[in-house]
Amino acid sequence: MTPDKTNLGTNYVFRALADPTRRAIFEELARHGEQTVHALTGYAGVSQPAVSKHLTVLKRAKLVRHRREGRETHYRAQPDALTPMVDWLRHYGAFWRDRFDRLEVLLERMDP
Amino acid sequence: MNDSGSNPAEGTRTLVIERVFPHPPEKVWRALTESPLLTQWLMNNDFEPVVGRKFQFRSEPVPNWDGVIDCEVLIVDHLKRLSYSWSSLGADFVVLWTLTPAEDGTHVRMEQSGFGPDHQAAYKGAKYGWQRFFDGLERVLGGSAG
Repeated sequence: MTPDKTNLGTNYVFRALADPTRRAIFEELARHGEQTVHALTGYAGVSQPAVSKHLTVLKRAKLVRHRREGRETHYRAQPDALTPMVDWLRHYGAFWRDRFDRLEVLLERMDP
Repeated sequence: MNDSGSNPAEGTRTLVIERVFPHPPEKVWRALTESPLLTQWLMNNDFEPVVGRKFQFRSEPVPNWDGVIDCEVLIVDHLKRLSYSWSSLGADFVVLWTLTPAEDGTHVRMEQSGFGPDHQAAYKGAKYGWQRFFDGLERVLGGSAG
């Protein structure tokens, strides 16, 4: 069974990106590079505490990194963190192809 | 017999496997919907072809995974379509089987799409659906998204 390749990192990535606002924030950072929480708040259309909370979830999934500069925190996307998710879906491809082979064998054996 | 993998145009959202089996749809349908037959080619299960029925696929537990996939039957369209949700490790998918009579048997299409109800809602007009998300990120990810 293929999901044995899955690790907790994948799980965090899926959960982090299950929320449309977090996807939007991540996408914005991936497209336009590093930004402050303040700038992201304007973009996301939700309160600054809400944006900070979303960023914490993204950070835990290693989808974003941050650095402090003076009183501002700057965030940037880490698209490489998506790799486990992409890999996981690839494993599902191998999984289903294998099961299709088994289905074919079974169909041969079954009564008409 | 043809066999296609995930459609590159679909990115990572949807996995599609298609194959023509030289057997009538009635027989393929039985293999997809009779629990003991499903066990033989897919996984141990307590499946019943009844919409709303919750069931599990179970395989050998491995490190970091208990081997359980939680499912719920979504569509039972006799000899044509079968769909169930597929959840494990916090990731929610929908599996859709489509059977089409072919000249020499049955064309079987399996589509596994992510990522659960939120994903479905996102398709219906929310601004940042998965489709747009992955379309946009394909450039950022370079070749690795295919």
